Amino acid sequence: MTDRLPGFSTLAVHAGAQPDPTTGARATPIYQTTSFVFNDADHAASLFGLQAFGNIYTRIGNPTNAVLEERVAALEGGTAALAVASGHAAQLVVLQQLLKPGDEIIAARKLYGGSINQFTHAFKAFGWNVAWADPDEVESFERAVTPHTKAIFIESIANPAGSITDIEAIAAVARKAGVPLIVDNTLASPYLIKPIDHGADIVVHSLTKFLGGHGNSLGGIIVDAGTFDWSKDNKYPMLSEPRPEYHGIRIQETFGNFAFAIACRVLGLRDLGPALSPFNAFMILTGIETLPLRMQKHCDNAKAVAEFLSTHPAVSAVNYAGLPGDRYNALQRKYAPKGAGAVFTFSLKGGYDAGVNLVSNLKLFSHLANVGDTRSLVIHPASTTHSQLDDAAKVKSGAAPEVVRLSIGIEDKEDLIADLDQALRA
Amino acid sequence: MNHDAYDDNYIRSILNNVKSIAMVGASPVNVRPSYFAFKYLAQRGYDMIPVNPGHVGKALMGKPFVASLADIDRPIDMIDIFRNSSHIMPVVDEALKLSPLPKVIWMQLGARDDAAAEKAEAAGLKVVMNRCPKIEYGRLSSEISWMGVNSRTLSSKRAPIPTQGMRLSLNRTSFGGGQTAASDRAAKNKTETT
Repeated sequence: MTDRLPGFSTLAVHAGAQPDPTTGARATPIYQTTSFVFNDADHAASLFGLQAFGNIYTRIGNPTNAVLEERVAALEGGTAALAVASGHAAQLVVLQQLLKPGDEIIAARKLYGGSINQFTHAFKAFGWNVAWADPDEVESFERAVTPHTKAIFIESIANPAGSITDIEAIAAVARKAGVPLIVDNTLASPYLIKPIDHGADIVVHSLTKFLGGHGNSLGGIIVDAGTFDWSKDNKYPMLSEPRPEYHGIRIQETFGNFAFAIACRVLGLRDLGPALSPFNAFMILTGIETLPLRMQKHCDNAKAVAEFLSTHPAVSAVNYAGLPGDRYNALQRKYAPKGAGAVFTFSLKGGYDAGVNLVSNLKLFSHLANVGDTRSLVIHPASTTHSQLDDAAKVKSGAAPEVVRLSIGIEDKEDLIADLDQALRA
Repeated sequence: MNHDAYDDNYIRSILNNVKSIAMVGASPVNVRPSYFAFKYLAQRGYDMIPVNPGHVGKALMGKPFVASLADIDRPIDMIDIFRNSSHIMPVVDEALKLSPLPKVIWMQLGARDDAAAEKAEAAGLKVVMNRCPKIEYGRLSSEISWMGVNSRTLSSKRAPIPTQGMRLSLNRTSFGGGQTAASDRAAKNKTETT
């Protein structure tokens, strides 16, 4: 007898959650507590020594957060996950397990502007160097590999232009270099793309975006694919060597194919501290229950809006992978056949000033620095998210002065089109 | 038998049916994985017997160490081998001399010897390789979910609160217990290393 394999929507509702053991509560309770009592001294010692499954302190783990972790791990097809305070925190905790001062990461040049800042400035202060590569030219990743390379980092659907990355081609480079491939899957969500199926070893998310989906709670998550052998070549001592923090435990030897998630929890989150509030975990969990419904609506609306803009006289170009003529359309049909996501950019014939004007004339779209909300959002990257980049870097990262970025919500598409039309005419 | 990916029902039937487990290579050092697994399985109600010739005269959780499988004074259902792959065969040879025969040979995470597995299976034993019974028990009972681990199981039933010595139900609905793209890749990565 083989069990039936539940579908994505069933997992989105059920994975990780069960009626509360104490009360029978069916919705996942918010365990809004800092700490958990031990049964006895031996139980306490077992928990601190990583010998037993259980809860100690919410900076290390929390039952509400654990439901969220298991659910996202299940949706992504990973072995385990760790929820943290934000997408940025997820990136920090992941790289802390992999890099020592003087080590390098190769990152796609097309990334969320905040990630570009984090990698360029904050991580540089830790002695972690970044080599930039062009996701449209796989060879540029190959050329960037050095003996110090410890990981490759890409976005599945890349900010800001919604371009689609050839994950399998870059996974092959990572495999050849003997380093893990980290994929930020925020803009796709596992409903559209499951990077682990295409060769990712680690998936990170800003839960703040489509997974939470309602623009009300910050969060981040790290998913361990369970695919990477951390003990090969001793390149990753946090996982392969005896850890003095835990009296000489070797994390991979002890935890097998979910060792990376455990290292992130007991070495990263415990010591760096960016814990997720259980309340936020609850809000995000509730959002995930409707992820498949929302994501499809986001994509369908985005396609309609992109089609409208592509024929508008004030618009010079639309970058949406779901349009037949788009340069990423073939990759979209391969990696994200259900839809091209809901974040994309378009260019205005009127340049920088027209971008600024459009944003101020819109009545339904909200001008703010987020994506993946139920509400439709707009931003002019050159004057906001990407304003700290120089002009050449703006163009390279897809945020040229005439570019406007949209994040299409789940309103009625006719209303979104009407709002854009009036603002473009104003 | 596909030893790259086990169906959850295979693992479940083993963990539901065995009562006594001899752990070869059990360590009294409390940061070793064998110590973790021994303690957990004892807490879940299994009759555990530590086997390690280097520690005879000592005890692990009150259970005296024995030097070899032949020194165990009662029938054993399962032998959990905490040794490197190169040390598996002699243990299996020793196990196959026992009367009555054990029902299961279990090789720990990282340990795999296909020839030894074949020999044990030919004698009618079930074999699991490169897995940890603590992790599998925790996964199938969903107790491991406290650590954010994907148990690959679902249940709409209220779970009991685990207490000392309590056996947990392993009979939740499973998904993805078998082969996945990721498990294939993990196995391949491992083969290329060795």
